[in-house]
Amino acid sequence: MIGLAQGLRRQFQAKRVLGVALSLLLAWGVAWVLWRAGYSLYAEGLGHHLSFLVSGLGMTMLILVLSEAGGLIVAVALVTLRMSRNRVLGAAATGYCYFFRGTPLLAQLYLVYYGAAELRTELDAVGLWGIFRDALPCVLFAFILNTAAYKAEVLLGAIRSVPAGQVEAARALGLKPLALYWKVVLPQAVIVALRPLANETAKMVKASALASIVTVLDLLGVTKVIYADTFDFDIYYVAAVVYLVFIEGLRATVGIIESRLIRHLQVPALAGR
Amino acid sequence: MHELLPLLSLGPLGWGDELLVGAWHTALLALATAPFGIVLGLVLALAKDSGEVTLRFLGHALTTIGRGLPELVTLFIVYYGGQAVIRRIGEALGLETAVELSPFLAGIIALGVVFAAYASEVFLGALKALARGPVEAARALGLGPWHSFRFIVAPELFRLSLPGLSNLWLGLLKQTALVSVIAYDELLRASYFASASTHRPLFFYGAACLFYLGLTALSAGVLERMRTALGRGIGAV
Repeated sequence: MIGLAQGLRRQFQAKRVLGVALSLLLAWGVAWVLWRAGYSLYAEGLGHHLSFLVSGLGMTMLILVLSEAGGLIVAVALVTLRMSRNRVLGAAATGYCYFFRGTPLLAQLYLVYYGAAELRTELDAVGLWGIFRDALPCVLFAFILNTAAYKAEVLLGAIRSVPAGQVEAARALGLKPLALYWKVVLPQAVIVALRPLANETAKMVKASALASIVTVLDLLGVTKVIYADTFDFDIYYVAAVVYLVFIEGLRATVGIIESRLIRHLQVPALAGR
Repeated sequence: MHELLPLLSLGPLGWGDELLVGAWHTALLALATAPFGIVLGLVLALAKDSGEVTLRFLGHALTTIGRGLPELVTLFIVYYGGQAVIRRIGEALGLETAVELSPFLAGIIALGVVFAAYASEVFLGALKALARGPVEAARALGLGPWHSFRFIVAPELFRLSLPGLSNLWLGLLKQTALVSVIAYDELLRASYFASASTHRPLFFYGAACLFYLGLTALSAGVLERMRTALGRGIGAV
């Protein structure tokens, strides 16, 4: 009995010692990164780089907002196609989702960015070359096509999660299709879809950094330019901190929205998340 | 099409062999990253499930960092920042020869850390869903922490985590494309060279996409077999 108690105490102490030591190590690492990040901004002339960095953050947000909005519109179209009675259109939309979810976003981006140059004469003929000549529209195009496939999958799953009885009851009450969707299906589907959609948005924030690979001056692109200018690697820590704060802020906001959306539900499993 | 297909032939005239080697390197990187990510993810999950508050804090903090950074930024920090750290350690030890972090190793570390952060959430969910009875029974039988984990917890844990881990694996296959940016010769980089020297980007990036779809389909088949194998004797379908 005494042996057991001693063993337990020793184990407990070992865990505590390990936890405290590792936590201190982590705290030191985070403090070091924050200090380096702050110092690099200060040392290299705060004013010049700060405005450049803010412009990069602005570009990241622009990419995010446009690709989210465009992606949602395309996703709704895809869901409509996949739920339609037309088999051919439904299969085409399913195939679209399979392709864009099964291949890397970077490959899709290259396909659009470098592929547009190959199709220059064709694009010129329809007057679109002026758009696809620049990197930013290519990035937006690729991001919208990509995120739409994921969003469509989420929306479809959410709509299918609404019990069939709800739809039947609404029909029996004589609701027209639009009212049925707006008043019965969507309010319930949104609750299911919100968390995965937010995860997809967080994924897009991170994916937006890919734009820097094809010369767009987003947050990471700007960081690369500053690095090439100063050879001070610490600027990457600045970018890392900004991305982290951005994404955690997003997560917290979605958490608040979700708890408001489900405040009428007395479902501990959902409310506890 | 008749003029494009020879571009995919094997040998010095076609790019087929380069693409195949690239696809092999892609698979290799993913296969090397997954075990690292799974072990680290399990450690993080056990830390988050621990009764010790400092370990829980540590697990959550590391998960937040792993999930909150863009993979590309993590990769740059590991590759370039890691390079600097290694150089500094080398200088401190007085080593003459420069030890370098290869893109392959940097890819494993960066993608593995991200994988671990997500995998730890999967494992944590599985740990919470785990029945307490068998664990208590194991303790009553006098099994130590390691044996009860190895024989009682782990088999059930992996069965419950497999769907989540499968999704992470499919994501990992696609994320390996990022490592082409730090000059690891995988599929996308092979396609980049092929399309740059033939001026056929649509064809070669299209081919790369088909290769990725093939890898995805292949792994989906393997994962499905693993699922049935792990579900044997459970009555799960």
